[in-house]
Amino acid sequence: MSTISREEVAHLARLARLEVTDDELDAFAGQLDVILESMKTLAEVNTDGVQPTSHAVPLVNVFREDQPQPSLPRDAALAGGPDTYEDRFRVPRILDEEA
Amino acid sequence: MTGHRAVDQTAAHMAEAIREGRATSYEITEAHLDRIDAIDGTVKAFLHVDREGALATAREVDEAIARGEKLGPLAGVPIAVKDVVVTKGMPTTAASKILEGWIPPYDATIVERIKAAKMPILGKTNMDEFAMGSSTEYSAFGATLNPWDTGRIPGGSGGGSAAAVAAKMAPLAIGTDTGGSIRQPGAVTGTFGAKPTYGSNSRYGLIAFSSSLDTPGPVARNALDAALLHEVISGYDPRDSTAIDAPVPPVVAAAKAGATGDLSGLKLGVVKEFAEGADAAEAGVIAAYEAGVEQLVKLGAEIREVSCPSFSYALPTYYLIAPSEASSNLARYDGVRYGLRAGDDGKHSLEEVMSLTREAGFGPEVKRRIILGTYALSAGYVDAFYGKAQLVRTLIKQDFEKAFEQVDAIISPTTPFIAFKFGERTGDPYQMYLADLYTIPTNLYGGPGVSVPVGLSEGMPVGLQVMGPVMGDDITYRVAAALESTQDTLLADTAPEIEGN
Repeated sequence: MSTISREEVAHLARLARLEVTDDELDAFAGQLDVILESMKTLAEVNTDGVQPTSHAVPLVNVFREDQPQPSLPRDAALAGGPDTYEDRFRVPRILDEEA
Repeated sequence: MTGHRAVDQTAAHMAEAIREGRATSYEITEAHLDRIDAIDGTVKAFLHVDREGALATAREVDEAIARGEKLGPLAGVPIAVKDVVVTKGMPTTAASKILEGWIPPYDATIVERIKAAKMPILGKTNMDEFAMGSSTEYSAFGATLNPWDTGRIPGGSGGGSAAAVAAKMAPLAIGTDTGGSIRQPGAVTGTFGAKPTYGSNSRYGLIAFSSSLDTPGPVARNALDAALLHEVISGYDPRDSTAIDAPVPPVVAAAKAGATGDLSGLKLGVVKEFAEGADAAEAGVIAAYEAGVEQLVKLGAEIREVSCPSFSYALPTYYLIAPSEASSNLARYDGVRYGLRAGDDGKHSLEEVMSLTREAGFGPEVKRRIILGTYALSAGYVDAFYGKAQLVRTLIKQDFEKAFEQVDAIISPTTPFIAFKFGERTGDPYQMYLADLYTIPTNLYGGPGVSVPVGLSEGMPVGLQVMGPVMGDDITYRVAAALESTQDTLLADTAPEIEGN
């Protein structure tokens, strides 16, 4: 019994905004199954009463002086965009026509 | 191939010669650029070379020295930078098609520091796409070849930086290490690589892969050169909220102390679980490593076995945490603000254009990890996978903390096997992940780890890893430099000569 099906991989790809091909789905489903199978070994580990670690070196309340710094000039920020228009990033339509 | 060419010197010697007027930065920088021109068509370590920029910096250094100015300890010594680190005005792709042609509008903090130290930047080095991989085979622009055997991988993700230093196209390079991407390439190319304590080196300007693990660090041919670069790039940075506001460990002094060859009184731990069953290294690697351990004992070190039972779970823990963070970090590649945009033909919606852009721009390993991370974070699975991994991460950290109550540092082989042949591990991603079996625990813990060349197996380099406690980077350099002191010739100086074109 596999851990992850081809349909689940397709669903996850959609959630992650990846337009994967049929060939990729076939390959990924098998490969992810092997990887996830090894991850199931973590279930063996007794973690009762253990606190999670989200960062290697815990730091709390990291503050700095609230001093204004020069920010990136507008033209520099826009220069890397694939399509810009009148000092803005141009994007394709957001709503479907029937919406 | 020990020789008397400019490129054969250590970075420390180059810096001294420049300071004392016995050589110019211009001639040293030019010698490296000429070597890149001659052999990088074969090795393919660089994605971008900046001849003009590097020589301009070199000229500034020579002029400053002629005026009698006092410059930093590596002034005039050229360096290569991994392409995951942003460089103002110089192409930066993270070896991904999705960033092809992007010119960053700012410098990473470590690049600012390299520039302030007056080190000419030779160019940007190849890597696995977004630093995900152990062979550079996942670079969107083709793999880098191992200078020791061009049929084999140079390690990864930082294979370009390691190969550039191994083939003497650069005396120093910058790498980044999330699960072993500095140390494993160092081991398989006979070079020295250090992953500093997490938080002791700024991540500002690193293209993010796994933010709780990513650490930039030095790549060199010996411990002292790496330590000199370590001190140039390290230190607190208010632009990185995970930066540690504490003095940089004295790694240069430690490398010099280690070079005297005295380790008396030092206790070194060997991890019991690394030697067992499926986790054991291949025989040739063990033989070279054990010969190195014998040398360390002769220098006065005492070896003690330490038990770190949770290390056996480090690999699955890492491959849940890193892809989860990556799936979130890589959401920024949406075809709007930078890089590639695909399918924008007036017929597709924004959401469709995003999906088409990401499909066209990401390679297979990146897609795999995004899907894996999305799975590990999705409702219904997050507690069993990502959440559980965070708990086991705590146990791994506690294993280190307990071990460091008994020993000063922990040693192991850097990687279980020598450089493998191209194509050998791309079919089964899990086989590729095993390359980082011994390096991953340190990343999860946050402490420092270095890989120092220890010997050969089947004619290919083997690395010995030294792991230290958090902010104990100096001890790792001391042990590594002591091991080097037992070698007649640096392993990095014995690599076969590359045929140029």
